[in-house]
Parts: sequence; structure tokens; C-alpha cells
Amino acid sequence: MSTDVTAEGGHGAVPTGPEVPVEPKASTARRDWPLYEVFVRGKRGLNHVHVGSLHAPDDEMAVHAARDVYTRRNEGVSIWVVRAADITASSPDEKDPMFAPSGDKVYRHPTFYDIPEDVPHM
Amino acid sequence: MSAPTLDRPAAGTPDEASLQERFDATIAAEHRIEPRDWMPEGYRKTLVRQIAQHAHSEIIGMQPEGDWLLAAPSLRRKAILLAKVQDEAGHGMYLYSAAETLGADRADLTDKLIEGRQKYSSIFNYPTLTYADVGVIGWLVDGAAICNQVPLCRSSYGPYARAMIRVCKEESFHQRQGYELLMTMMGGTDEQRAMVQDAVDRWWWPSLMMFGPPDDDSPNSAQSMAWGIKRHSNDELRQRFVDMTVPQAEFLGVTLPDPDLVWDEAAGRHRFGAIDWAEFKRVISGEGPMNAVRVARRRAARDDNAWVTEAAAAHAAKHAGGHAGSAA
Ligand SMILES: [Fe+2]
Ligand SMILES: [Fe+2]
Repeated sequence: MSTDVTAEGGHGAVPTGPEVPVEPKASTARRDWPLYEVFVRGKRGLNHVHVGSLHAPDDEMAVHAARDVYTRRNEGVSIWVVRAADITASSPDEKDPMFAPSGDKVYRHPTFYDIPEDVPHM
Repeated sequence: MSAPTLDRPAAGTPDEASLQERFDATIAAEHRIEPRDWMPEGYRKTLVRQIAQHAHSEIIGMQPEGDWLLAAPSLRRKAILLAKVQDEAGHGMYLYSAAETLGADRADLTDKLIEGRQKYSSIFNYPTLTYADVGVIGWLVDGAAICNQVPLCRSSYGPYARAMIRVCKEESFHQRQGYELLMTMMGGTDEQRAMVQDAVDRWWWPSLMMFGPPDDDSPNSAQSMAWGIKRHSNDELRQRFVDMTVPQAEFLGVTLPDPDLVWDEAAGRHRFGAIDWAEFKRVISGEGPMNAVRVARRRAARDDNAWVTEAAAAHAAKHAGGHAGSAA
């Protein structure tokens, strides 16, 4: 029947072609809303965790939009938003040499030390 | 799911072979690929298409049920339906967010949907004729979506897998509210029971089509499986859906419109009749009953509300004190 339909996505079968370029376009008026990253504290005692991103015209609207998009069922007690452009990241790769030095410092982990089984509470 | 500006893989990397090797090893170890990792161009393109079309399906998918918001039979049903439709908007937002980590632009994806250059699931090109359709969509269409989406929580692409986890948490509500609606109608008048049966008759086959062409006709699947962005074959998922749904139909007291549907004791599964793939192809290529209406409404939403987005941007620019460059 078809070499051009796939169902790899969550809502079922869609055509795979023709190939549509997806390169980012230059901004136009209605694209002017910057990208914000959203962080939610799930409950008291937990850290804020990154949950996704959204576009909003300003910081305040970003918080309101984040509430609607990411906390419709009490998923959070506090929201942080930050412009994606303001985030500084370690490097363009998750496998960063910046983290390599900790690899050979095994003595920083409790499992490095052999303690006899019969020492209590350790 | 962080900024495309940060996340675009470094261009012109010298040693592509070793990058590919590391990518393959990550996939083989069932670890997740994250936005700033190097990835093959085909993987990125396939994912953008997959995620964008999934996002479009969520957004267009608000319309068939949305048509009944003002005609809901009670305040309780209206509140439930409103929450359900709002969830589908949220699903679309999670997914566009994931697509942006791959370098796609959200507004650009929407333009492509409206221009007909990217598609959405064929299921949303059928009309919702009665309120029973709202129940049947929750039961069958969201039920089929659950079968498709649960395995995607293990997608090799981290942001997509995480978006799917959020989505799946919400889908159970969608299916249960639909089934409960149908149980209520089945406990009502003969006329109401007839409405439910009619809706089941119309939605059953399109729901089976949601799983895509049969395995021997899905040439793209092998690559997607190897990449870990598809986890089960179309026929496997379709079979799972049928086996789950038949007892639910029995409990409800409706007949699934397939004379060939039987339990195969030896195989331990149901056998079912042939799917009309010609109809599927017609609907997906634009000749379904509602294609033009769905896209026209999405276009109107973009164009008629443009003044709001522009006004908000102007307001933000006027009040931008702390921030040097306003819009990125
Ligand atoms: Fe959804
Ligand atoms: Fe849903």
C-alpha cells in the first residue's frame, strides 16, 4: 500500500514524505516571543526540576503560561522561568571533559572504603 | 528540552566516524540521546518529523471534541471535556518544546501544518456527529494513543521520552472519562444506546488504522526500531489494542463492527477482519470528510489571534527594563 506512511509517532500513522526542511527561520513579528526554560518544584523539600520550555512575551507571562502548560494537576508548588538565551552550559556535548576528573577520584565515594561487615551502623 | 541555541550539535566536527560510534554505543546501551549530543542527520530529521506530526495531531485533535464544548449535556460533562481538550493542548506544547531541542522552530512547524506540508493523524479527519462520539473518542482513540505512546516513554531521544511520560500520565483520565460517559449512556434510553453503537460503528476501523500500515508494508520501521525511536511494530500494537478493547466492548454491551472478529484460542489472541487501507490513504492524503475544516480552523486561530501576540510583544518591548535585547 504505501512506502510513505509511518506510525512511529504517538497518535498514529502519518505520511513520511515529501521531505520538509526544518531549519530555523529568521524571526518575524509573531515569532518575537523568546524561549523560556521552565523549572518546577514538585513539593516542599524537593529541588526545582527542568520540565520543558515555552515561548512568552515577558517573564511574567512566562510564569502564567508555565502554570497552564506544566502544572494542571498540582505538579508543583513553585515555578522558575528563565530565558533560554541567558543559560550558560558546560559545553556543546553531554560527554564533557569537564566531568572527566571526577572519574578518577573514586575515593570520593563511600564504596571506596572496605569496612568489615560487623562494624555496626556504617 | 533546553534552548536550541545551546543545543544544536557542533557543526563540522572532524571525526564523524568516532562520533557515530559513540552515538551507536549510547543507543546500544539503552542510554538516552540528549539535545547537545552529536546525532546522525537522519536521526534528527526523522525525530523532528515524528515529534512535529505528533504535536500537530494533539493540536488538531482538540477540534473534534472541541465541537461539543458548547453543547455538553451538563456542567459536569462540560468541565470534564474542557479539561480533556486543554490537556491535548498541553500535549502539543510538550511536543513542540521537544522538537525545538532538535533545532526546529515552533512557529515554522505550525506554518508547515497549515500549508499542508506536514501532516497529522488521519483519525482527526472524521466528524463528531453526536455526544456519544466524545465518549467513543476517549475510549477508542485515546485508548489507541495510549498503546502507541506508552512504549515511546522509552524513546532513545531524552526530551521526547520525557514529554511522553508527562502525556501518558494524563491519558488515563482521557480514556476513563470516555468510558464512563459511554457507560452512562448505555444505562439510559434505547435511543442513547443506539447513539453509542452508531459512534462505535464509525470510529472502530479508523481507530485500528491509527497504528499504521501492516508490518510487511512499513519499510521505515526497521530504521526507527534500530534507532530506538519506535519500540514495537504496527501490527503488534494493533493486536494489543484489539485484545484490550474486546472485553471492554463486551462489558459496555456494544458490538464491534467486524463479523470476522473472533477469539483464537490456539493463538491466544483475537483475529480480526481486513482493514480498508484505501480509505486510510484517501483520508490521510486530504480527502477525509473534515481535512479542510480542521486546517482552516488552525489557520484562523493563527491569523485571527496574531494581533494578540503582536500586542503582547509590543508591551513587553516597551517595559523591557532589565533585559538588553528583548526578543531572541
Ligand atoms: Fe494527547
Ligand atoms: Fe488524550
